[in-house]
Amino acid sequence: MPLARLIPCLDVSHGRVVKGVSFVGLRDVGDPVELATFYSDGGADELVFLDIAATPSDTVTMTSVVAQVADVLEIPFTVGGGVRSVDDASRIIESGADRVSLNSAALADPDLITRIANLYGSQAVVVAIDAGDGVVHTHGGRVATTTSTVPWAVRAAECGAGEILLTSIRCDGHRQGFDLELTAAVRDAVRVPVIASGGAGSAQHVAEALRVADAALVASIVHENPAGLRGLRREIEDLGVALRPLKEQT
Amino acid sequence: MSDVVVVDYGAGNTRSVRAALTHLGASSEVTSDPVAIVASPFVILPGVGSARSAMAHLIETGAALALRERFDAGLSTLGICLGMQIALETSEEDGGVDGLALLRGDVRRLDHGRVPRLGWAMVEPWNDAYYFAHSYAAWSPDSFATSDGITVAVQRDAFLGVQFHPEKSGAAGLNFLERCLSLA
Repeated sequence: MPLARLIPCLDVSHGRVVKGVSFVGLRDVGDPVELATFYSDGGADELVFLDIAATPSDTVTMTSVVAQVADVLEIPFTVGGGVRSVDDASRIIESGADRVSLNSAALADPDLITRIANLYGSQAVVVAIDAGDGVVHTHGGRVATTTSTVPWAVRAAECGAGEILLTSIRCDGHRQGFDLELTAAVRDAVRVPVIASGGAGSAQHVAEALRVADAALVASIVHENPAGLRGLRREIEDLGVALRPLKEQT
Repeated sequence: MSDVVVVDYGAGNTRSVRAALTHLGASSEVTSDPVAIVASPFVILPGVGSARSAMAHLIETGAALALRERFDAGLSTLGICLGMQIALETSEEDGGVDGLALLRGDVRRLDHGRVPRLGWAMVEPWNDAYYFAHSYAAWSPDSFATSDGITVAVQRDAFLGVQFHPEKSGAAGLNFLERCLSLA
């Protein structure tokens, strides 16, 4: 089995990283390229860029961000937000992203998952699920649907999703730990890997999540102290979770 | 002439492979032109898309014959992920596809663990972690590295195939690519 992955998530709006990245060592905390390089050097196993504005003009901006990031990053990255068609996915993947993440567009049209997977392979399609009270939510978690979380995860995987990115709305932003029960329920129901998201407040929380999931998404815990990523990795390893050994270029 | 030719087969992401080469100071071009493929000192067959469409594209452009010609002349080629899988004899993917048969063996769907197999995993005997993203794997008598018991590197003469993505494997991947370039 591959090693557990630690995945910082960067929220991007109009081509700039937003939401709480605070660190004096960076020249420009809003620059996705500089931040991506910084996290990659610090030991991120992978990155997720989420286009939170995702208006049509942002889609063009995002494509250019993706290309710039691909030119400097030597770890994989996923791009989500605003992927509504095969063309959107093609533009992002052909600009250098490894994977696209689908959310409400997949819910509205599950066949979109299949069409993208047929073109680029399942490993290139992540389905993001915002879950709360047993059902899937849309519009950044604000609108509840009638679709149950676990069956939707199963359906998404059957349609060709190569990974489920599962966010607990209840836990997200509270830094009190992940929803381990929900994560385990989804992971038990599918054969594809699952990324746990929402609730990371400490190394202990991340280690707990990595015992039930294949990867953990982290945001504020690293954005508040980007230089602390290596330390966070060490703490997680000290708690008995194996991460990849970091290496220097020779 | 560029240091490296990255073979274009009509789908997906060749940008990351070129970025890694640039990082190592090697110039590269992306093409399916058979003349350029035969003449290049080092060719990379990258890993994107599906086996059937990749093979169809390679045959149609003449790149498949060019890769065979390089192989017969002992010129170095590196296949990455799907680029390794289509170099074997056959693949189970897409209901069965004939490969380039530069490497001996076949490609089968992974039947245990989470599929796709995603993430960083240790490769033995190299004792380094590399990044993987695959649902199929090679079965070959010419396997010379494994990860979780799966064949992840196959070599025959001047063709080396790897299942992992060196261009996405951080410093370990760059070190690997640099060794490949220096041997070419």
